Amino acid sequence: MSILVIAEHDNQQLNGATLHAVAAAAQIGEDIHVLVAGQGAQTVAQAAGQIAGVSKVLHADGESLADALAENMAAQVLSVAQNYSHLVFAATTAGKNVAPRVAAKLDVAQISDIISVESADTFKRPIYAGNAVATVQSADVQKVLTVRTTAFDAQAAEGGSAAIESVSPVADAGSSRFISRELAQSDRPELSSASVVITGGRGLGNAENFKLLDALADKLGAAIGASRAAVDAGYAPNDWQVGQTGKIVAPQLYMAFGVSGAIQHLAGMKDSKVIVAVNKDPEAPIFSVADYGLVADLFEVLPELTKAL
Amino acid sequence: MKVLVPVKRVVDFNVKVRVKSDQSDVDIANVKMSMNPFDEIAVEEGVRLKEKGAATEVVAVSCGVTACQETLRTAMAMGADRAVLVETDAELQPLAVAKLLKAVVEKEQPQLVILGKQAIDDDANQTGQMLAALLDWPQATFASQIEVNGDQIQVTREVDGGLETVSLNLPAVVTTDLRLNEPRFVTLPNIMKAKKKTLDVLTPDEVGVDVAPRLKTLKVEEPPVRAAGVIVPDVATLVEKLKNEAKVI
Repeated sequence: MSILVIAEHDNQQLNGATLHAVAAAAQIGEDIHVLVAGQGAQTVAQAAGQIAGVSKVLHADGESLADALAENMAAQVLSVAQNYSHLVFAATTAGKNVAPRVAAKLDVAQISDIISVESADTFKRPIYAGNAVATVQSADVQKVLTVRTTAFDAQAAEGGSAAIESVSPVADAGSSRFISRELAQSDRPELSSASVVITGGRGLGNAENFKLLDALADKLGAAIGASRAAVDAGYAPNDWQVGQTGKIVAPQLYMAFGVSGAIQHLAGMKDSKVIVAVNKDPEAPIFSVADYGLVADLFEVLPELTKAL
Repeated sequence: MKVLVPVKRVVDFNVKVRVKSDQSDVDIANVKMSMNPFDEIAVEEGVRLKEKGAATEVVAVSCGVTACQETLRTAMAMGADRAVLVETDAELQPLAVAKLLKAVVEKEQPQLVILGKQAIDDDANQTGQMLAALLDWPQATFASQIEVNGDQIQVTREVDGGLETVSLNLPAVVTTDLRLNEPRFVTLPNIMKAKKKTLDVLTPDEVGVDVAPRLKTLKVEEPPVRAAGVIVPDVATLVEKLKNEAKVI
């Protein structure tokens, strides 16, 4: 049987998370199809067809799919699900929203947030905020998976030439309506895929001080993140939150300023390649995962560091 | 409008769990257990809806061992009117919990189910969506704001990159995110009052649900440990190390 990866997109661009989901699928089996469900998302379907290793793109085009409402998206996936042994989603807010609906309707377990493929039915996944890693085996005929994107290197976006097949869009379930979307406009790279991430914690003291991270981020081409404490205190918007229940990041370089390092925060960043922590408290738990720690006042370090780079 | 609030008893968020030496599971003997933090937010939201007059009754429900009664008492001390425990010693996975909750929903006929977006033990983030699917109800996950307007509910959701607002026909399922509210502390008088509230106990057999696990846990391991780092004396050394040792800038 084949594997279906559900593409994530905004009707215009394929979201990079999909490339990581395809990479996980490629470790499970060979015949990989991608479902692009949207409205007017032809360019996305074409991009999906070019992903290395993808043999077919299913393209569902309809008004019911314009805003990726969970009810309609799940119904669309279910309309083609019988042909597939594995249904694979990226573990993004979009994937997490839809995948369990699909699993429940198929009466199968979902395996969330896989970080490795052991075999076609056995996967590893973090539990307890990453303080333990479980190896789980599914007894179900079909597997519904969400993929932790940072655990799989992105599949090459070019090199494939899959045929695009149209599938009928589902009718609108009629029980939910999209009202509005407020997405942060930023010239910075996206947090979950940036190669450098600079994070501020409660140590920054207020929202105004968060702007002190800008100059350093500009220099390094970095994305800016925040600890939950900083988000809860209103210093930073919620979509900046890095941690167990926020974004999971694993950049080449992660720099934490004034972040104490609660286990829930460490769960979201400890797979980063190089971790730098700046905190004036030498006992801060963040130092236990940092490759380079600097016990100092971040307000002195930030300008000096920005200048030195 | 009746609101159903499912709550889960989990290892307290401050506890760092350890893996058992035989790698069969994590060791949760004698550790502090609490209500899943996202479920506390769900209870709080249900109680606030009642205080605002949008809800008439808040019913807390939990699935699991006898000790879940404590979690339900906490929910009632926060303001839930009564509670239902679906009691079993069996291992419960999200699909099974969703099926049990569906049975309770059919019995209780709530217009709204509010539950945490994820439990901090298995980190699955599935139960709410699965329940919505089994009931064929609309859903709004990761809610940071809820507004009930007659037979509809408008929910602002925290999504990657920002916020999204959807409107759902009731009945519906909503899962909570961190910014929805700040749960109240329970007070001693309310804890005493909660002891007198009704707590009904059902079993999976009584509601006709097969809870057999679909996933087998083969092994539970410690995550790979990061090698110890170094404390650098100043910014100049940090920059030198990042350039020449780590080679990341």
